[in-house]
Amino acid sequence: MSSDYAYITGIGQSEVGMRLTRHPLSLTVDAVREALDEAGLDISQIDGVSTYPGRVSAMLGFSPVGADELVDALGIRASWYAGGMEISSQLGAVTAAAMAVRTGQARHVICFRTVYEAAAMARPEEYPMSRRGRVDGYSQWTAPFNALSAAVWTAQYAMRHVKQYGLTREQLAQIALTDRANALLNPRALVREPLTMDDYMSARMISTPLCLFDCDRYTDASTVIIVSAADALDEVSCTPVRIEAMAGSVERLSWDQAEWMACYPTGEDLWKRTDYTPADVDTVQLYDGFSFQAVAWLEGLGFCERGEGGRFIEGGTRIALDGELPLNTFGGQIGGGRLHGFGFAHEAVVQLRGKGEARQIQGDPRVAVCTSGGGPLATALLLVRD
Amino acid sequence: MAAPRPLPRLDSDNTAFWTGGKDNELRIMRCRDCAAFIHPPRPVCRNCLSDNVAPEVVAGTGVVDTFTVNHQKWHPAMEVPFVVARVAIDGAPGVYLTTNIVGCAVDDVDIGDRVRVMFEQQDDVYLPMFEKIS
Repeated sequence: MSSDYAYITGIGQSEVGMRLTRHPLSLTVDAVREALDEAGLDISQIDGVSTYPGRVSAMLGFSPVGADELVDALGIRASWYAGGMEISSQLGAVTAAAMAVRTGQARHVICFRTVYEAAAMARPEEYPMSRRGRVDGYSQWTAPFNALSAAVWTAQYAMRHVKQYGLTREQLAQIALTDRANALLNPRALVREPLTMDDYMSARMISTPLCLFDCDRYTDASTVIIVSAADALDEVSCTPVRIEAMAGSVERLSWDQAEWMACYPTGEDLWKRTDYTPADVDTVQLYDGFSFQAVAWLEGLGFCERGEGGRFIEGGTRIALDGELPLNTFGGQIGGGRLHGFGFAHEAVVQLRGKGEARQIQGDPRVAVCTSGGGPLATALLLVRD
Repeated sequence: MAAPRPLPRLDSDNTAFWTGGKDNELRIMRCRDCAAFIHPPRPVCRNCLSDNVAPEVVAGTGVVDTFTVNHQKWHPAMEVPFVVARVAIDGAPGVYLTTNIVGCAVDDVDIGDRVRVMFEQQDDVYLPMFEKIS
């Protein structure tokens, strides 16, 4: 049976930490159990699994668990499953699952992202990085120039914004300050210490204009989002959240051949697929592995004009928990931990269900945008509680 | 001595680009049918889908489109700070190279600076770096 909409039902998250010793599959199952409990579903009702980017043998810390492994480990009879990196970004695993349930391929799909990078750094003998020989594919255009991190690639977009539109460090700081303030109210956040503007302004540079506090840090955790079919909602006990629209567009699949990042065409496409507008949105959960990405997402999604992102967040009141557009209320990746995209979808659902406790935004939020990805990778979801 | 850089694995698509420095040439793939430049180099034109593509020598000058000063040591032997830049290549519209700007203080680089290629050889690879045109 096909339907115009897919729904997020159960959500779950494991412990979030650094250098955890719990097995990454066990962390994944912790998050699965929480999501099943919340949805009132039994594992026997799960018939699909979707993940990003699948098990990556060369970088096990980056992705230690694949979709096929979870299917087998939990005895799931899957009528549909998928996992891979060649998709619009982390939340592409959720858009794939949404298409699967809308076309009748599955009824309840576990979507997950498990990260184990801090643990892998601490236990390299068990989770080795593959020995680097010569580089090929896309890496060959950046690595020989010691542009070895997405921090460096993202910094170049940020510098262009600084020079072209006048983005200041004080403006950019509002992403990290907002994240870290919100993280203080989230018991599961990775970084739960206050951050001041003075701390930010005196921090060491990583790659100009990005300083230490503009970057997320390696995290061990698993996050699960269950995507359910419209005709399977009578099987769940939680309030379903409807996926009103989705987008994942790109102009050049490259970190340096594109003039700007993929959040711009993706944001534009999202609003073509819905009658909602940015003015209807109660909260935004925007990818911020590096702070500047959230600024670009605000522009790409049309919350402000291109080039106005810095002035839009200036002073931080607009994006604060009690502001007109609360942003990254769980702490984002900078405060909440590098959950790698899935944290934003998880938190959007928490807020739309009014389950944010100390960090719950006021009013009766019904519409949220969550995103993942930076550079040429971008996924945006518009979520609605009917 | 600077730590060795990660080097590209040479193949039929990229050898012209990575070895052009042996002849002091910056070579960018170009379509012989529609004249579009193609980077990264591939055996098909992304503009008109023609197979009639071949490396072409360009002037070797360009403009700093954007840049960053990298301060983080991504591995212990890395010497910092250094400039990573994206250079728009003269005569090859739409082609940008990620590169390093060398031969000047890191604070002396800005968007819009005119730069010229110079090659750094490591093994069989000639890395196109750029220096400012004073």
